[in-house]
Amino acid sequence: MELFKYTKPMSLMSKSKRFGLLSLTVFALALVVLFTKGLNYGIDFAGGTLIQVKYETKAPINEVREALKANKEFESASVTFFGSDEEIVIRSKVSSGALGVDVGDTVRGLLQDTGTFEVRRVDMVGAAVGSELREQGLLAMVLSLLGILIYVSIRFEWRFALASILALVHDATITMGLIAFFEFEVNLDILAAILTLLGYSINDTIIVFDRIREGINTVKDSRLETIIDESVTRTLSRTTLTSMTTFLVILTLYLFGGEIIHGFSFTLLVGVIIGTYSSIFVASPILMWLGFSASNYREKEAAKLKREKEKEKMRAMYESGTL
Amino acid sequence: MLQKRLSLVKSLNFRIILFAFAFIFGVVFSIPSLTQSESGKKITLGLDLQGGLHMLLGVKSEIAIESRIKSMAASVKYLFDDAEIIFDSLRILDGGKVTFELLDSDDVERAKTLLKKELEGIVLEENGLVFTVSMTPEEVTRTTQNAILQAVDTIRNRLNEFGLAEPIVAKQGEDKILVEVPGIKTQEDEQRIRELIARAAHLQLMAVDEERNARVNTMSNDEAKSFGDVILSDVASPEKYLLRAIPVLDGSMLTDAKVGFDENNQPVINFTLNGQGARIFGDFTAVSVGKRMAVVLDNKVYSAPNINERIGGGRVQISGSFTIAEAHDLAIALRSGALLAPVYVMEKRSVGPSLGADSIKASSIALASGLGLVVLFMIFYYGMAGMIANIALIVNLFLILATMSLVGATLTLPGMAGIVLIVGMAVDANVIINERIRELLREGKSIAKSIEDGYDNAFTAIWDANVTTLIAALMLYVYGTGAIKGFAITMTIGILASMLTAIVGTHGIYQWLLPRMDKKKTLFWFGMRNEGAH
Repeated sequence: MELFKYTKPMSLMSKSKRFGLLSLTVFALALVVLFTKGLNYGIDFAGGTLIQVKYETKAPINEVREALKANKEFESASVTFFGSDEEIVIRSKVSSGALGVDVGDTVRGLLQDTGTFEVRRVDMVGAAVGSELREQGLLAMVLSLLGILIYVSIRFEWRFALASILALVHDATITMGLIAFFEFEVNLDILAAILTLLGYSINDTIIVFDRIREGINTVKDSRLETIIDESVTRTLSRTTLTSMTTFLVILTLYLFGGEIIHGFSFTLLVGVIIGTYSSIFVASPILMWLGFSASNYREKEAAKLKREKEKEKMRAMYESGTL
Repeated sequence: MLQKRLSLVKSLNFRIILFAFAFIFGVVFSIPSLTQSESGKKITLGLDLQGGLHMLLGVKSEIAIESRIKSMAASVKYLFDDAEIIFDSLRILDGGKVTFELLDSDDVERAKTLLKKELEGIVLEENGLVFTVSMTPEEVTRTTQNAILQAVDTIRNRLNEFGLAEPIVAKQGEDKILVEVPGIKTQEDEQRIRELIARAAHLQLMAVDEERNARVNTMSNDEAKSFGDVILSDVASPEKYLLRAIPVLDGSMLTDAKVGFDENNQPVINFTLNGQGARIFGDFTAVSVGKRMAVVLDNKVYSAPNINERIGGGRVQISGSFTIAEAHDLAIALRSGALLAPVYVMEKRSVGPSLGADSIKASSIALASGLGLVVLFMIFYYGMAGMIANIALIVNLFLILATMSLVGATLTLPGMAGIVLIVGMAVDANVIINERIRELLREGKSIAKSIEDGYDNAFTAIWDANVTTLIAALMLYVYGTGAIKGFAITMTIGILASMLTAIVGTHGIYQWLLPRMDKKKTLFWFGMRNEGAH
């Protein structure tokens, strides 16, 4: 089966201004959401306690709320259903450092009259650990961006590197904006999802850039716009197919993977769409706007080749003793 | 027919042989994990999948320093008594200093040499006959470090003695301790384990200050301190005791602790002191007949019996109202030694076994259906070429399992998600390659030429794309913790394995099948109608 058959280059870059405007608007909206609403940090980053309780029948959520009020530590705890009617999650900002007294036991005591239940998970993160995890997470993100920047600069050119990093910032910001908008709890798994998304998105961008790099040498026209159009069109089927397979598996993860990895799979789900969009409509135009010139690049490559040849010639002369 | 079969044998190439080896390797080493057999190296399931307790403990090392100073004071007393040096007002000052006054100026030199010889890492200051002893900064650092390492050892010993399967106790970072205990079945067990870890098990034998004890109920802590005393309460009743702050001896001189029963058939703990402890204990009881001595554990008085005569042999008993389980755990804690510094919980995650089982089930369903969808899609879109990509994908999964089993990596829930994700991303390389081959076929190239050039053209893209993804995965590994590290591991192994299977493996299969490929059947082989051939 063939979905995309290459016949002639699509005229994509001529519409780049429109896409750029769209991206900028969404990007700005995401920033507004992030700054006004903010990320809803879960216990991994903010510290606190999370208790997952499963009842044999439908969880009596109101009674649970009432029962928890008896204890000061859980006065302001939030109680929500988790994945099904039988399961609930109790979240509290309080964390205790004492080893002997366990919040799990406390909650078990408070809830003992609400029915038959099982405490399935108790997570407690102290505030000190939370802020350390947050710092490490940020460091991981910045260092991956830096690593990618350096690698792409070496393999391509600095404009390619800058364009791909800007596209990544675009992707990460919009995804985080959506996470903030839908009020997903941000825990370590969301961080992992965002870093994976960075990996996925850069993967996608590199494939397009690789084709552009190839196009610079093969397309006769030296106008970058034409080269990009030609290259993007040629990779369009691959981009769509890979995004589709990845999207499919993440969708199954989202649907069947269980409540615990819901936030993780949601992040990747929107991330794949944004990452695919950005490699074509963000990274490539930025390359153009950064003033990348195909003819200069060709000249430089030719010069490089010439230098190497000359070096070789010198070496050959040196070895044969004529120098 | 024979000709064709011969050409297939001839077209066996190093790529397909390598791929076959990878396949066999993958299957053989993932069998133990898949069948959960007893022998062979298996994948370790993370605590989030098999249930268990994960804790990050902090160490209150300032307490270790305090108790080091206390034991320094006890040593001063013991050494001077032994050498018959007369002294007075031995006291611990705020800010970690021990002070005393010598009564005889002829003893000064002897006392100084004795202290310098017997006590390590101290600073001795003198002001006339008044001396202060404090720790050098190096000694403070050493004590802090020692307290952490000792806590790691002690907790490990305690958990091992408790009889748990493979607990992990390790120092993490500068001053934290990671404790992972898999396979806890009940909440009661978890409670016991937590208490066992937390127990300072700091045993002290202390003299009751009989002169002033009558006033203990009206005395303030500061007043007690001014006499060199301390007020401690009874473990079971509200009764209070006024005790000499510097203990006669402590748990460091203990050699063994066992559960026994007293005359009322109540569980007690009998412990034995080492030679030095027995001597100190004997000497003390000899001069203290008629007075009381308190057995103090973690700053609670368990008993304060009257001393009727000198007690030799160094056998002491702790009685209290223990249950047998409590006495058992306490004996373990005493045997494995006191924690030099108490620990506290910085992070705790406990997952019940049923939740872990649910997570395995859910993620397995996701993996199976994700894999099914991708496999069907690839066959539908690319025909045989898709089938070849699928074979590479399956081998890739076996390779991930085998590698993880061999290096003893831990499979976590995010790790499972990582494998599902790899299924989607691993076929990417084949999509790129197949699209390149199709392009070349459309241009009218021969099948052999299209395949070779297709792989050549696709290589730099796949390589650069995978390396950048690896950079992100590596950062996740270095800065991630626990379950997230598991995700980074599966991603990294998956990407590396996919380079082998999707690039080398499929290339080998094409080269092997080349004699059978027919340019008229591009729909079957590559899922495309070939107009370019006309």
